[in-house]
Amino acid sequence: MPDATYLDANELVINMGPQHPATHGVLRVKLKLDGEKVLGSESVIGYLHRGIEKIAENRTYTQFAPYTDRMDYVAAVTNGMGYVEAVEKLMGVEVPPRAQYTRMILAELQRIASHLLWLGTHALDIGAMTPVFYTFREREEILKIFENYCGARLTTHAFRIGGLQYDLYDGFEREVLKFCDYFLPKCDEYETLLTTNRIWLKRTKGVGVISGADAIALGVTGPVLRGSGVKWDVRKAQPYEAYDKVEFEIPTGQNGDTYDRYVVRIKEMHQSVRIIRQCVERIAPGPIMGKVGKVIKPPVAEVYHSIEAPKGELGYFVVSDGSTHPYRVRVRPPSFVNLQALDTMIRGHLVADVVAVIGTLDIVLGEVDR
Amino acid sequence: MSDEPKAPPSGGPSETPAKPVPAQGTPASPPPKAAAPPKPPPPPKPAVKPDPWSSPLLDEMQKRFPGAVGEAVIFRSQPSITLTRGSLLGICEFLKSDEGGEYTLLTDETAVDYPKREKRFEVIYHLYSFKRNDRLRLKLLVGEGDKVPSVVGLWPTANWLEREVFDMFGVEYEGHPDMKRILLPDGWTGHPLRKDYDILRQDDAWVQSNLGIKSGQ
Repeated sequence: MPDATYLDANELVINMGPQHPATHGVLRVKLKLDGEKVLGSESVIGYLHRGIEKIAENRTYTQFAPYTDRMDYVAAVTNGMGYVEAVEKLMGVEVPPRAQYTRMILAELQRIASHLLWLGTHALDIGAMTPVFYTFREREEILKIFENYCGARLTTHAFRIGGLQYDLYDGFEREVLKFCDYFLPKCDEYETLLTTNRIWLKRTKGVGVISGADAIALGVTGPVLRGSGVKWDVRKAQPYEAYDKVEFEIPTGQNGDTYDRYVVRIKEMHQSVRIIRQCVERIAPGPIMGKVGKVIKPPVAEVYHSIEAPKGELGYFVVSDGSTHPYRVRVRPPSFVNLQALDTMIRGHLVADVVAVIGTLDIVLGEVDR
Repeated sequence: MSDEPKAPPSGGPSETPAKPVPAQGTPASPPPKAAAPPKPPPPPKPAVKPDPWSSPLLDEMQKRFPGAVGEAVIFRSQPSITLTRGSLLGICEFLKSDEGGEYTLLTDETAVDYPKREKRFEVIYHLYSFKRNDRLRLKLLVGEGDKVPSVVGLWPTANWLEREVFDMFGVEYEGHPDMKRILLPDGWTGHPLRKDYDILRQDDAWVQSNLGIKSGQ
């Protein structure tokens, strides 16, 4: 029977997820609501925990590389790149330029693919249904290039410690350049759908605001940090591969809201195309593997190496005890750390905005939970 | 898939080769020397190992916190400093401040387990300074049951990172606002990233009572 409190505007705690299409995987958010307003939240994660770091200790350095693909499974190329570079740094291996440029091309293609997937699903979450069809069409072209290169579309395992397993196939450069020419007008097409769309503006402007200082305090990196006006990118700050030899800009936003992060990612795709074109220009015939023995046995030491993954700073902390198996591999996942900012970003907003903010953080639960 | 009872973790199929644990503190890399007269000595391999590190920042730290800074090494141009437990918060606050180099970003906090050592855990902090574009690694040696001062007050990002360390290693923090598991279920027993936690081990009781299956394997 409804009593006097039945219609009271009491605080209400509801669960969003773990089976919720807008949580992009299995994320459960406990929301404390006052009507439609979010008073606070708690993220419950771990549904996809597979113990990647434990597996690493029970595999050789080489065997572990394919596992990294399964963390951020929409950006496997960059995951693998971070890992092989960390081991290379540990061993002091020089990677030949041809392998470096190949890695950069594939990594930037992967960044575009990841951003496209983000854009499509993010817009879909907010209610714009069309972009997802467009972005998946272009993403398909990138996956075809991956498939032609290494036989896999998603979990690519494209690189090897010391360089590459496969040299580029005939026509790779032509195909990549063709994609670049094809892609830029498409990118403008997305913008005609969204950038000045009134509904899009209403749903994204001023939503999920986080200041640059807060973002740094919460350890947020990647496009989310840059959307808040902090001009920082691992590719520029501490260049790896040959990122110091190519020209590109770091797009930033000002307001730190969902709209700015959208603009930053769109601009990043343009910059990625710019990097790819320069790499294709510079790639020259040559060896694709550095001097690495058949058995990988790094010295007794530890290194931290991080790269700018599509989602933010992806770091690997590898500890070696001199044997063929890593003593410890710690993955510093951008999604995990960025997700922590969710609570700060949704307080005071409406429930519908939670969906927008989860989308704009661009998390992949495979990487959050590892 | 199979519902067969799981072999006890210790005697299970040895998919997990027991790995040698490095002798404590000493970089163990003996191969090149050991006397083997018949063969001509192999070309002397340059021993790759961390070098001692010195820098103005380190001197400043030693001056301000006498006795707090232990070993300081550098490897692949990555400096790493070992600290004592009592001084951790003071040093972190100093490093975050203007004169300490403004290490405002705590990139990562994690731990490594060395069960044979007297203090088995190394809690590791990776700091980054935007001003200096520089990374710094801090290490804290922690024994079983020791409480680590939480740095959440300085870097809020440590909240989840410390919860993960607690979850995976069982290292407890002092002054943490919400010390509980993060990736594993709350009722789970054991800390999987400890070296004595076998890769095939799981909390059978939890799995059986919560999932209604005999074993997850």
